[in-house]
Amino acid sequence: MEVSMSVNGDTQTSDVEPRTLLVHHIRDTLGLTGTNIGCDTSSCGACTIHVNGESVKSCTMLAVQADGTEITTIEGLAGDDGELHPMQAAFMECHGLQCGYCTPGMVMAASSLVAENPEGLDETAVRQGLEGNLCRCTGYHNIVKAVLAVGDTA
Amino acid sequence: MIPAAFDYVVADSADAAVAALAEHGDEAKLLAGGHSLIPLMRFRLAAPAMVVDIGRLDDMSYINDAGDHIAIGAMTKHRALETSDLLAAEAPLLGHVAGEVGDPSVRHRGTLGGSLAHGDPASDLPAALLASGGSLAIKGPNGERVLEAPDFFTGFLETALAEDEMVTEIRVPKAGGVGWSYQKFNRRAQDWAIVGAAVMLGPNPKVALVNMGSAPMRHNGVESGLAGGAGLDAASVAGDDVDPPEDLNADAEYRKHLARVLVARGIAEALG
Ligand SMILES: Cc1cc2nc3c(=O)[nH]c(=O)nc-3n(C[C@H](O)[C@H](O)[C@H](O)COP(=O)(O)OP(=O)(O)OC[C@H]3O[C@@H](n4cnc5c(N)ncnc54)[C@H](O)[C@@H]3O)c2cc1C
Ligand code: FES
Ligand code: FES
Repeated sequence: MEVSMSVNGDTQTSDVEPRTLLVHHIRDTLGLTGTNIGCDTSSCGACTIHVNGESVKSCTMLAVQADGTEITTIEGLAGDDGELHPMQAAFMECHGLQCGYCTPGMVMAASSLVAENPEGLDETAVRQGLEGNLCRCTGYHNIVKAVLAVGDTA
Repeated sequence: MIPAAFDYVVADSADAAVAALAEHGDEAKLLAGGHSLIPLMRFRLAAPAMVVDIGRLDDMSYINDAGDHIAIGAMTKHRALETSDLLAAEAPLLGHVAGEVGDPSVRHRGTLGGSLAHGDPASDLPAALLASGGSLAIKGPNGERVLEAPDFFTGFLETALAEDEMVTEIRVPKAGGVGWSYQKFNRRAQDWAIVGAAVMLGPNPKVALVNMGSAPMRHNGVESGLAGGAGLDAASVAGDDVDPPEDLNADAEYRKHLARVLVARGIAEALG
């Protein structure tokens, strides 16, 4: 079936099997391997992207469901000149990553969370807002710091 | 894992969805937010030959004031329920419980209709609907019918829906100013409730339990205690007349204990 979606600003039209998961479409068909896969159970959040501006676990959506949507992946966050998105910069400054496996999903979930809460976020709201994203390295502390660094000033 | 192959059709109206169900019988499944169905399909616990996508029926996503009740379209997402000012004012239990489901990414995709139609006793929203005294409007090839929530949930992942029927609207009586509470007990972030309790006071108090039987359920014993003015003491029977599941998280006795504790906390909070 033919599907067409805007991915990081470019319209991408492809032929997919209905059972293709969106994450596999993004990684294998479109070659955007920044979006990771960390589980089989929709629990880890490594695959988080934005669909029409909202965080979504791309392993729990079919590519055909994304027909006509606007998708942003981690590759699409930085500016055209390579300037990091504020959330990426904050993760770097606050040492919010170690192995980096969870990071693309974490940054996508965090940037959606901040966008949804323009009035600002406190630590509890950040921890609860990121509960769908697992990190095996950092103990979350510096991730929360990074998100607060952006969320407080939003 | 990848789902088994299936045919896929996008429904452009509720009528078209029902017609597709009628045509394909038990081979077909509706796909709403996909956050229960796709995980099942990935594990091949479900392998429908035909998937009917109702995810584009935007006109079935609404939260409206309908006089004595709030009318909610079946395709309304958890996130919209969680952030609705109308629900917060008139049916706060349902809005609050929607915000307790999974994590924000799950709530961006999952729908109220899908959560109810899935019929999972471990889900949060069925208990909220039961305690709210809500009902469901159902569309089939021969027209519409309305079921009260207790008549809708019939067993483990089973509802009163026929193969060719779909939920179109959820109706929740207005309950602004009535005491309510939702108590969800789990051990890990974003997890399902090991046990949960939804409490709604008022002239006909209602108490619904999560994960305490094969289907989402109300607890008559606790409710009649509350109606008789027992207050907090009504919670003491929350572990009676129930047949809770046993799993790695909890055996039946522990679940009964949790039910008593959570119902007591819920009543205390609802009494405020
Ligand atoms: C990681 C994760 C965590 C979760 N945590 C929780 C939690 O803590 N608590 C909780 O309650 N839920 C939880 N959920 C489930 C979530 O709430 C689902 O969104 C919900 O159960 C199903 O809604 P859906 O719109 O995604 O339905 P779908 O998955 O699309 O459909 C579910 C079933 O309902 C049928 N269906 C869908 N819509 C209709 C309709 N209008 N009429 C008739 N049949 C219909 C489908 O055919 C299917 O059988 C979680 C899910 C995930 C992936
Ligand atoms: S890979 Fe999607 S949630 Fe783990
Ligand atoms: S940095 Fe390694 S999993 Fe998060």
